[in-house]
Amino acid sequence: MAMLGFLILFPLVVAAVLLVVRNNRARNVIVGASALVIGLASIWLVATYLGAPWVSFEFESPVIDYVSTIVSVLVAAAILYYGIRYKNVWACVLAVIQVVGSLVFEFGFAHAIDVTEGLYLDSLSLLMAFIIGVIGSGICVYALGYMEDFQAHEPEGAKDRRPVFFALMFVFLAAMFLIVFSNNMVWLFTGWEVTTVCSFLLIAYTRTDEAIKNAFRQIIMNMLGGLAFLLALYVSAIQLGTLSLLEFLQIGVSNPALVVLPVCALAFAGLTKAAQMPFHTWLLGAMVAPTPTSALLHSSTMVKAGVFLLVKLAPVFLVCPVPSVMVILVGGITFALCSFMAISQTNAKRVLAYSTIANLGLITACAGVGTPEAVWAAAFLILFHAIAKSLLFLCVGTAEHHIGSRDIEDMDLLFERMPRLARFMMLGIMCMFIAPFGMLIAKWATLVSFVDTGQIALVLLLAFGSAATFMFWAKWLGKLSGIAGRPDNVEMTVHKSEWTSIMLMAVLIIIGCVCLPVISWIIVEPYVYSVFGTLGQDIASANLWIASIAAAIIAIVLFAGLGRNKAKKVDIYLAGVSADNEARVFRNSLSGESSATSRNMYLEGVFGEKRINPVGTVACALVIIVAFAFSAVALLGLF
Amino acid sequence: MSLLFVLIGTLAFTIAAPVLGCLLAGLDRKITARMQGRVGPPLLQPYYDVRKLIEKDNVSVNSTEGTYITCALVFTLLAGGIFYSGGNLLMSVFVITLSGLFFIVAAYSTRSPYAEIGANRETLQVMAYEPMVLFMAVAFYMAAGTFDSAGVFALDAPVVSSIWLVFLGFLFILTIKLRKSPFDLSYSHHAHQELVKGITTEMSGKTLAKVEVMHWCENVLFLGWVGMFFVWANPVSIVLALVVIALVYFLEIWIDNNFARVKWQAMLSSAWIVAFVAGFVNIAVLAYL
Amino acid sequence: MTFATKSPWVIHYDASSCNGCDIEVLAALCPGYDVERFGIVNTGNPKHADIFLVTGSVNERNIEVVKEIYNQMVEPKVVIACGICACSAGIFHDCYNVIGGVDQAIPVDVYAPGCAVRPEAIIDAVVQGLGILEEKSKALQAQKKGA
Repeated sequence: MAMLGFLILFPLVVAAVLLVVRNNRARNVIVGASALVIGLASIWLVATYLGAPWVSFEFESPVIDYVSTIVSVLVAAAILYYGIRYKNVWACVLAVIQVVGSLVFEFGFAHAIDVTEGLYLDSLSLLMAFIIGVIGSGICVYALGYMEDFQAHEPEGAKDRRPVFFALMFVFLAAMFLIVFSNNMVWLFTGWEVTTVCSFLLIAYTRTDEAIKNAFRQIIMNMLGGLAFLLALYVSAIQLGTLSLLEFLQIGVSNPALVVLPVCALAFAGLTKAAQMPFHTWLLGAMVAPTPTSALLHSSTMVKAGVFLLVKLAPVFLVCPVPSVMVILVGGITFALCSFMAISQTNAKRVLAYSTIANLGLITACAGVGTPEAVWAAAFLILFHAIAKSLLFLCVGTAEHHIGSRDIEDMDLLFERMPRLARFMMLGIMCMFIAPFGMLIAKWATLVSFVDTGQIALVLLLAFGSAATFMFWAKWLGKLSGIAGRPDNVEMTVHKSEWTSIMLMAVLIIIGCVCLPVISWIIVEPYVYSVFGTLGQDIASANLWIASIAAAIIAIVLFAGLGRNKAKKVDIYLAGVSADNEARVFRNSLSGESSATSRNMYLEGVFGEKRINPVGTVACALVIIVAFAFSAVALLGLF
Repeated sequence: MSLLFVLIGTLAFTIAAPVLGCLLAGLDRKITARMQGRVGPPLLQPYYDVRKLIEKDNVSVNSTEGTYITCALVFTLLAGGIFYSGGNLLMSVFVITLSGLFFIVAAYSTRSPYAEIGANRETLQVMAYEPMVLFMAVAFYMAAGTFDSAGVFALDAPVVSSIWLVFLGFLFILTIKLRKSPFDLSYSHHAHQELVKGITTEMSGKTLAKVEVMHWCENVLFLGWVGMFFVWANPVSIVLALVVIALVYFLEIWIDNNFARVKWQAMLSSAWIVAFVAGFVNIAVLAYL
Repeated sequence: MTFATKSPWVIHYDASSCNGCDIEVLAALCPGYDVERFGIVNTGNPKHADIFLVTGSVNERNIEVVKEIYNQMVEPKVVIACGICACSAGIFHDCYNVIGGVDQAIPVDVYAPGCAVRPEAIIDAVVQGLGILEEKSKALQAQKKGA
């Protein structure tokens, strides 16, 4: 238990120290060292409790209860402050409701309820702890080099607010650890709200109008989710008389009719945090933030908190149809439509954002299905998505600083301009969508569980969504792979800290994909078994091993096999007389020079945001409204 | 155990598929010629072509293209091995998609305008047929109760009896997969087109030979998928499956010779509509009725 | 034996022909002559071709094009000049812009005269070209082994 406390508190201490350290070198050392400590500690934790079922820790303290209430109120107060400062009515209203709500809750209801086992861990928490501790702190290290360049791009005399930035990153990690280890739902809620406000501050970091606007969009959507969470707490405390997550889940499984409303509300909170339609716009807006923020929000924290909660609720979804259908439909529709919209994007970060939302949709849908197979798939999707996405964000961030653009079309020839980075990016992309790599294996398990449970609508959404996924990743991959001549290598100036993190993610991908059967065996299966009592393994391990061997082959080809061909080099065919073959310039019919240009297909007319976005927003909003209407009726029916 | 099966299957496929695929390709050219009122080349012409390509000088526009194509070929063989050793159909589908991806990346890596547009269209083609292929695998699973292709030998009736609609849908996208007109957008065996040779424009010599062999093996694999619909516990059914394969192949050649190439919009929308109607409706019927 | 002779793929380029010879070249591929019987395929791509069929004379504008197509063909390769214009510029030999036959630009292996060249002459020329192709192919194999 000391380890859990350490993981939650240590990042807070680091954050406090970072807030006062203004010296660059000192900060580099502190961030690097504490990232290493957090990473090692979380690995140690995973190793110690490997394969553990649910382990609860007797731990209760009224002091901590008060502290968490105070933190919740402070969070709301901070939002209120910014809401007033930037004159945002909605944020103020929601903040006030939340302050009142949490105070009334703490002193009116929660006080009477004891949760003796405040902390717990199980294999899913361990998986999350690994993701937060290793990937999250890896991103913090990456941010060192990135933010140095970022600051250098700022106008002369701009205030250096990096101390705040790094402090926020570490607070984020602490809050995430709190979320994954808290059995006391009030503490969980506190962590939840802290991540919301941290990401608000991180998104608004640049203080441009756009950043402020998008930050408020984020906060309003997530406050709605937070209020739903609070509602769930109220119902749970009043009706069920418990605030322990374990007891809540047990009551839910044994008596699903009782928990329809709180589970709907918690699922709603999860959907907002996981940026599912119609709330996906906040994650797209979050792209204005510096890249490490995006990487953190997308891969290891924030959105993962949303799907973590949903996966935790999976056993209840299995027996409780109303929230289950809501989560399944929202997740499935989000997966398909966001994959479609990703086709029409040229901005690399936006493609990544849409792909994140789509994959979270898939995880959400898996959680909603709630069978052992689906949860197995969801756990793998969470793991591989976290690694691959952080790798991709880090690569795009570095590329952006060196080629001056985040447009995919400008990444032409990256294979020669930034040979190492391009290979890492290709690895990340492949991991996201193609066969032997983790994401697709997880998708496969998803497909099987959808078929087995008769979720035909999900099979439909998955089939078309996956086809779109192929399109938008393959064309990006192709753009990266282009080779012509010997353009200048511009990756010499990439910071060491950036390389370290990128290498870390790449190594994790390769280990993860090659050792997939092992991870399944020691981490994911124990969780599935501890929750459901059965495994329901649907992918024979022979197939997992085939995938693992194929992944190893591809990794070797990518990093050792390419570029060894001894064939004579010849020019490309330009159907005429080439003036500069490598630049695709040819002599035209007027004896002038023309250059052949080609862009990828973005199919704006078919898959454009304008066409697809309204459909998804309306459909998902309707689904959510109907689900809440049903659960309200169910609640009334109980009395 | 089944890993060993897959390994043996892959080796067997590596030996048998090129031979069969080569004969099929020769037959294709022969029949095509007859349909056009010509005599046509000898049956072994595709074999001569590939041998000649191997004899050509070793040149390349870059140092990676050949490696990508080798990967594509290897994964095609693996996909075939998985399927013909009675392994998981879905795995076979995924591995052949991987092979397709390497083919696309090889074309992109050349940075030739023609190859790049070809590669672009190839990605579109994959997107067009992928849903139907997935539906095919899912429907097979629902009808046979397993994803393993060996499962058909335990059935009382061929899967086509309950998923004939999916079979028809699969025939539609098979035209895309076999690169037959009207869906030969990215690359065609016929000369003189706006894309030169599309996705293979920059490939020559050994690399092109590998591409040819890859197509042979792909064709053998896809026709195997066709045959799978008609096999059940009765050994005679294999003969039936072979007859159906022959008919389907003839049908594809006939289509190839009678339809002009369509635009990508028509391909994408028709393939997706077919996937929805044939694939999804059939699966829904299986699930709910 | 080399396989070069069994599958000669051709690329056809119209330098500055009046189209008479081009029609005859394509006629050779049609059912009447059906040169695919000998594995001959008309590719549109120099990288895939073994035999370069040029019709028409070479002029200041297209000499570079002829050279580039020839250079982009992969060894072993053979050039056939189809029609009298490709052989020697024919009646256009003293035009102000005409340089001469194709051999002014690239080495020609077989000359097939005629105005327009008859399909039989083209087929004869290709058959003759195959002999040269075989020699070149053998030379290349020997060189590969030696190297």
